Amino acid sequence: MKAKPLLIKEASVSFGSVEVFRNLSLEISQGEFVAVVGPSGCGKTTLLNLFSGFLKPSLGSVVCSGRVRMVYQHDGLLPWQTAAQNIALGLRDLSSEAERKRQLNEMLRLINLEEFAGHYPHQLSGGMRQRVELARALAGDTDILLLDEPFSSLDYLTGLRLRRELARMLEELPRTVVLVTHDIEEAAQLADRILVLSDRPARICRELRMSLPRPRELTHPQVVETVHAVLAEFGLEQDKVGV
Amino acid sequence: MTEKPFTTGTRLLPLIVLFAAIAVWWALWQLRVFPESVFPSPLAVAKGIGEEIRTGRLGNDLVASLFRVTTGFMLAVLLGVPVGLWLGNHVRSRLALLPAINFFRSLSPLAWIPFAILWFGIGDLPAIFLIFMACFFPIVVATLAAVASIPSVYFRVARDYRFSGLELLTKVTLPAIAPQVITSLRVTAGLAWLVVVAAEMIAGRDGLGFAIWDARNGLRMDLLVAGMIVIGVIGMVIDRLLMRLTKIRSVSWGYEG
Ligand SMILES: Nc1ncnc2c1ncn2[C@@H]1O[C@H](COP(=O)(O)OP(=O)(O)OP(=O)(O)O)[C@@H](O)[C@H]1O
Ligand SMILES: [Mg+2]
Repeated sequence: MKAKPLLIKEASVSFGSVEVFRNLSLEISQGEFVAVVGPSGCGKTTLLNLFSGFLKPSLGSVVCSGRVRMVYQHDGLLPWQTAAQNIALGLRDLSSEAERKRQLNEMLRLINLEEFAGHYPHQLSGGMRQRVELARALAGDTDILLLDEPFSSLDYLTGLRLRRELARMLEELPRTVVLVTHDIEEAAQLADRILVLSDRPARICRELRMSLPRPRELTHPQVVETVHAVLAEFGLEQDKVGV
Repeated sequence: MTEKPFTTGTRLLPLIVLFAAIAVWWALWQLRVFPESVFPSPLAVAKGIGEEIRTGRLGNDLVASLFRVTTGFMLAVLLGVPVGLWLGNHVRSRLALLPAINFFRSLSPLAWIPFAILWFGIGDLPAIFLIFMACFFPIVVATLAAVASIPSVYFRVARDYRFSGLELLTKVTLPAIAPQVITSLRVTAGLAWLVVVAAEMIAGRDGLGFAIWDARNGLRMDLLVAGMIVIGVIGMVIDRLLMRLTKIRSVSWGYEG
């Protein structure tokens, strides 16, 4: 059996009278790519905060073994550092200066921001900032990536391109990934497993597995079918319920 | 922050205002609106400045005042910022001490003048003490407010990227509070310059404040105005110098929007 670096056992979380999770259990295997979709405010960010250790459940337990990096839903770049300096944070563990430099340039090229290396976050657009933050998380060595809607403010085409890049990079450097997203297509294109969360208190109301290798075409039948299945779960495709 | 580039004409506007003000001054003097003994002419003041420079008195007074301001202000920064950092991170100490700090911050530093003289006599020390009392408390409050308002996501990022304890201070806390602290330095340096003049008028034997007090007592209105002009100009220069700090690239994010 595969190792389970991320484990939640019968966890409950409440903020005052707002009950977010009741008895939630979830296992994520080594190297697995899990996408989490669900209505706004249902507890997706809270789930990532449980994994990262930022939040402790009031009941139950959470296990997270490995180095974790998170891409935050709201500006997580350090505003007093340039785009390049922010990305270089991800490469801190590399001992060779030359190697750090090489990988930094590769990252900048990947997110197409070579010209903006010396710009500060407030001088970049929202989508550019997201790209820098994603590059920072992907740079260098880590075991677990927690991504909180990392593509949400990108234009459609850049989003598609970055999804493809993410898939390619994970091919080279396999990592355990939890991706929170509003975009069902994105989930279907990237994930090995899609978790559909219900309204609060959130349960996993549907689990879909995808076996197709990445990168996947958006128009591949299995991707399209998965999108339909998730939409049906949200009650947005009445004629397809039960697919 | 993009303003239209100024034409040379626009840049000359303040100079035009300056000349207009001198013209009005000169007209008031010509018309004898005030008796000549208490209203010097622009020319007399210009001569007064020249005389003060030639005798070396202006230089001495300037150095004396600047020394007191720099010393008092630096002491307030070197103690105030660490105290503010500490209070910003310790809720209980903050709750305990903040009322006292606000009390002293609201107390005019000039109210300390009698004690300053009784404790420190005449000279550099009472002025430095008064400047310190004027600057220390506002700097503490500004620093602790800045620390308390650092978004927690920066510390979460620091943990994700395994910052050490020292790096948390030097690479997160200090850069995060820099913009707000620099703004408070500008305000308090201005305050220090106000206070040194008052302090020297009462508890000094030299310095620009003493110079104008001395001119008044000697009925030298030309030297009095000369001193006022120098005080105002130096105050502007100090603010200009500190404003440069806000242009540092790694703090300019704090002044956007
Ligand atoms: N620190 C907090 N204090 C109080 N309530 C909170 C806190 N964090 C989250 N909540 C509540 O918990 C619920 C879940 O929040 P969460 O941020 O996890 O939602 P989300 O699924 O990420 O939503 P979105 O898709 O809009 O980002 C919300 O109802 C929110 O009001
Ligand atoms: Mg969220």
